[in-house]
Amino acid sequence: MQRMKQTAVRVYAWFEHRLQLEGPVKEAVLHQVPRNTASWWYVFGSAAFTLLFLQIFTGILLALVYVPSAGEAWNSLNTLNHHIPLGWFLRAMHGWGSNFMVAIVLIHMAQVFLFGAYKYPRELTWTVGVFLLLMTLGMAFTGQVLRFDQDAYWGLGIGASIVSRVPFIGGGLVHLLLGGPIIAGATLSRFFALHVFVIPGALLLFVMAHVWMVLKLGVNDWPMPGRIVRRETYMEEYHHLTHTQGIPFVPGAFWKDLTFSGAILAAVAVCALVFGPFGPSGQPDPSIIQTVPKPDFFFLWIYTILSYLPPSMETPFLLTVPLLAIAALLAVPFIAAEGEKSWHRRPVAVLMVSTIAVSWGVLTQLGTTTPWSPHMSAWSGDPLPVNRIHDATPLVRQGAVVFQSKQCRNCHSIGGSGGERGPALDAVATRLTIDQLRFKVVTGGGNMPAYGKNLSPPEIEALVSFLETLHPPNEPPAYDASRRAIEASQARSAPGAQPGSSAAGQRAQPSLAP
Amino acid sequence: MTIEIQPANPEPTPRDAAGSADSALVSRRWLLFKAAIALNGLVGIALAVPVLRYLLAPWKKDSSFTSWTSLGPIDAFPAGETRLAYYRNPSLNPWDGQTGNVACYVRREANRQFKVFAINCAHLGCPVRWFPQSQLFMCPCHGGVYYADGSRASGPPERGLFTYNWQVVSGDLQIDAGQMPTLSNSAELVNISTTPGDHKCSA
Repeated sequence: MQRMKQTAVRVYAWFEHRLQLEGPVKEAVLHQVPRNTASWWYVFGSAAFTLLFLQIFTGILLALVYVPSAGEAWNSLNTLNHHIPLGWFLRAMHGWGSNFMVAIVLIHMAQVFLFGAYKYPRELTWTVGVFLLLMTLGMAFTGQVLRFDQDAYWGLGIGASIVSRVPFIGGGLVHLLLGGPIIAGATLSRFFALHVFVIPGALLLFVMAHVWMVLKLGVNDWPMPGRIVRRETYMEEYHHLTHTQGIPFVPGAFWKDLTFSGAILAAVAVCALVFGPFGPSGQPDPSIIQTVPKPDFFFLWIYTILSYLPPSMETPFLLTVPLLAIAALLAVPFIAAEGEKSWHRRPVAVLMVSTIAVSWGVLTQLGTTTPWSPHMSAWSGDPLPVNRIHDATPLVRQGAVVFQSKQCRNCHSIGGSGGERGPALDAVATRLTIDQLRFKVVTGGGNMPAYGKNLSPPEIEALVSFLETLHPPNEPPAYDASRRAIEASQARSAPGAQPGSSAAGQRAQPSLAP
Repeated sequence: MTIEIQPANPEPTPRDAAGSADSALVSRRWLLFKAAIALNGLVGIALAVPVLRYLLAPWKKDSSFTSWTSLGPIDAFPAGETRLAYYRNPSLNPWDGQTGNVACYVRREANRQFKVFAINCAHLGCPVRWFPQSQLFMCPCHGGVYYADGSRASGPPERGLFTYNWQVVSGDLQIDAGQMPTLSNSAELVNISTTPGDHKCSA
């Protein structure tokens, strides 16, 4: 036993004599950090680092089987899912690892921002971090493309459509993005190179620079209200802090990093086990058009924005806002390099983070339900509630048939089912008079197409009669007051005659009686 | 010990001393160093040319990608109706697989009058679906809607559906296909307009 130990020491000494790593490693491990930074708030950076290596490791394992060819990628993903033992689990780990990584990087960024950690002398650490965020998102998007299914295909189409809006060189940029005139083999090959070589290489270099600066400049001290950052005094204050209240990074602070990283890895594994891998969905065959493409979770907010922007604003928005947002992020440490660090004294910072978080949440939620998309099969798949047509006249029933068969239901819901693109029509008759209904159907307007050319006059009459019945039992349909007044005066001048011929007229009559 | 250290810190040699005093002597080393950098710069530029040419290979004129492609005999398209048609992309690599299958909508307006629409929504390229009952194209992504003649009906698209140029050659309907239609390349294919009835076709 003693001899084995001696041998081990000798072997270690042999390597150390040549590698000379002990000094720098000890320095990094034992460097003093302020005691109050050994906090559970400071674990997100190291967790992102851990997830990066999980992604590299699982990515290499997947690359052993994956075929980066447009004709074969989809089949190789299904082989991974169904034929290779635990191939599904590794795909799931990689997919969930990706989601966790984006989430942790964003949380890390929010924490760093709220703790003022980007201020002097850590401006460059933040700048490098912004690029790390962009690369992480780049990895998420290119990874979605490598899962070469219908969503990947049409997601690329959306990307190409956005790029095509660049003035003058848009066409050439689309060709560069796709590697040719259409989404095909060349497209997948270049996204494979980006996802596997280019972005990870850059990511590793930037991560090294990021971690290097954290080690050299020290972990950001816990922000205290009233402790102002000044260029002239900060370094001295920080050194004083680490010397008087410092603890060695390992194990003082590191045990929390280690614990959290382990928990995150376990969480990724549990999600992978319980929820399984992402897709692949349908084959990447553009001639299969029965598809509702949607981007991955972290890009849903963009998908939402693109549906709510007015058409004329879309191109200027797409071409400028992302660049402005990145520029704003990069500018943060140069705008506010000094001053208060504590969130207690930075209400604007807190407001910004919460506004962005809430907007992101709302946009993502909308992107999940896509109320702006027609429900393509509602017209044939969602029957009308029986009570709506139970006692209806033949004309109204015919109108209900027109309503269903002309795809009105794809955008308008009745009884809670159907599209949400247009307003729900359960009580439309209380909002629009019969003439307004007819006008709207014929001419459209807003987000509604004009049906004037697509419906015959009898169809329009039947449809409008049906719409006229859509009101709650205790609430009469809307009516045209001036017309009703004329009808009422006619009824008075001819007392024997029936006042008003329409059903609506009869219903409204009592309320008009003086 | 101190005696041993001294050789490690020798007095400056006359040559070095002269070097720091006379910049001409030192600049020989610097000249060589700068010459080496210049050489590497030149080699770098020379190598960058083929690399850039290689990287920019897909940056070509639109016309270099398209060619006349058959959609089959015109009898397959009844007059007054809109039908889904398929073709293989004309510029194809063997490893393109299913991505080379492309669909389009053919509307036969009269005996010899056609309109061929791209499947891609003019908004963001999603595949639009044709509903013959209501004579509308609807997009599943953001709810763009088009009339039967391809003009914009409602929703976020800024224009009508993209169309292909078409011709009839010995009873065969052919279209000038080969690239994904986007806002940047289809100005050549159609007049950008949201009003019905606008189209440019070569018959």
